Amino acid sequence: MAAIELQDVYKRFGPIHAVNGLDLDVPRGICLGLLGPNGAGKSTTMRLLTAQAIADAGTLRVLGYELPGQAKEARARMGVVPQLDNLDVDVTVEDNLKVFARLYRVGDVPAAVDRALALARLGDRRHAAVDELSGGMRRRMLIARGLVHDPELLLLDEPTVGLDPQIRAEVWSLIDAQRAAGKTILMSTHYIEEAERLADEVALMAEGRVVARGRPAELIGRHAGSETAEVYGPPERLAEVRSRAEAGGLTVRPAGPAIAIIGSERSANGELPPDAVRRPASLEDVFVLLTGEELE
Amino acid sequence: MRRLEPAAIGGVMSREVANFRTFWKSSAFSSVVEPVIYLLAFGLGLGATLVDDVDGVSYVEFVGTGMVATAVIFSSALPAMFGTFVKHRFQHTYDAILAAPVDVEELVSAEMLWIGIRSGLFGCFPLIVTMFFGLEPTPGMLLVPVFGTITALGFAGFGIAVAATVPKIDQFSYVTTLVITPLFLLAGTFFPIDQLPEWAQIAAQINPLHQLVVLVRDASLYGFESVDLIRLGVLVAFALVMWRIAISRMTRCLID
Repeated sequence: MAAIELQDVYKRFGPIHAVNGLDLDVPRGICLGLLGPNGAGKSTTMRLLTAQAIADAGTLRVLGYELPGQAKEARARMGVVPQLDNLDVDVTVEDNLKVFARLYRVGDVPAAVDRALALARLGDRRHAAVDELSGGMRRRMLIARGLVHDPELLLLDEPTVGLDPQIRAEVWSLIDAQRAAGKTILMSTHYIEEAERLADEVALMAEGRVVARGRPAELIGRHAGSETAEVYGPPERLAEVRSRAEAGGLTVRPAGPAIAIIGSERSANGELPPDAVRRPASLEDVFVLLTGEELE
Repeated sequence: MRRLEPAAIGGVMSREVANFRTFWKSSAFSSVVEPVIYLLAFGLGLGATLVDDVDGVSYVEFVGTGMVATAVIFSSALPAMFGTFVKHRFQHTYDAILAAPVDVEELVSAEMLWIGIRSGLFGCFPLIVTMFFGLEPTPGMLLVPVFGTITALGFAGFGIAVAATVPKIDQFSYVTTLVITPLFLLAGTFFPIDQLPEWAQIAAQINPLHQLVVLVRDASLYGFESVDLIRLGVLVAFALVMWRIAISRMTRCLID
């Protein structure tokens, strides 16, 4: 039985179809990256899984419990790390964790708090108010709070959004340790690198549904081939290169100040200019191909 | 899992206690000093110059016992309104709590209980302060925290429901001006309501604060009458109705 099973799920907010026929299953013991741009429906999906949003239609089952009817039972066995920092800033690190250990009905609260502190490497700051912690410590603290009851399933909603690269790497190592420990993880992100580094599988989401799913390397091979060529230059020249590549049957997408020619290993003579920068195809290429959206 | 689990309610209340430990001094300070100021201004000021005895007791005792209701409404309705709004809109505290095995009914019940108990105790401060101005302790006063807590539960529910309804925090000024201030003035704290026009006397009878004022004065000064059971019933009904309204409003607000 999968940890998460969503079938044909719909959720509307007025005229907006936030989740639009979503099918998603997450087998136990894997880290699934839910990758998509802002507005793709990732956060709504996360809220549906905790029954903080109720689906208009569809079937939702988490850890064998039907949602929303058995949401409390499901939530007792899952940990949630939110996108927004919602720690109690005047309260100590230890007391923040104690409160959530009690909310999760942990039997031995002091032991659970000690374990969470050790996991987040915050043992020496246990008596500090959250307000006194650095940004990275606070993010680790949020993850510790989500793990204080040793859940089977961990939901991470954009776990490193807005963090600088060094702190992001710290958080990644913490998440990776949970993945290595065999926890099931569903992680929404709009960072390509995060999905590639941490996720066993990636589900690409756009307009409220999954548009592709697989291991990152499989997705790249299936949709973008092995190589992408980037060409830089003034707009007129890029338009000319683009039209030549497309005439040769290649797919071209904008890539910031350049254009990216996908599957350039299939190009014939003359389709690629000599100054084209060749690089391995990436998950970003796949995403832009499938959704037309640019990613960070 | 069943509804209204004590573990869930206790967990949410433990969060409130953890936060309260960081600001209890300022909160207790205002709860003690405010009634002293009111007593000095109204009780001693008016009592020494314009008003002698009221309803057979000194004006200081009359105001001091009435101030219990003032302390209860200001330490329940206002913290419930502002606290709920801030925790929901700015701190996103409820998102974190509702991601745990806690539902909206338990969340609202815990918030109301915490505010109710705290306000019930804060409501005793004016009584204690008035004792320094001559109020004699009576056994009936032991019930004052109970009356205060029940009333505060209702006003906590009211505050939570308001916070879940208004789109902007500025709009609380409409509620304080149009609801809380009239309730406070029509409670009979500073003057007996039988001196008011008839319509105001009728309005006062459906004011939970007035029922609390009468109960506290009966407990402290005049002794209980059988009609006090009805007054207590009104306060319980007020708390129950506000509890359900608060849950309904918060569910609409917190669950998409």
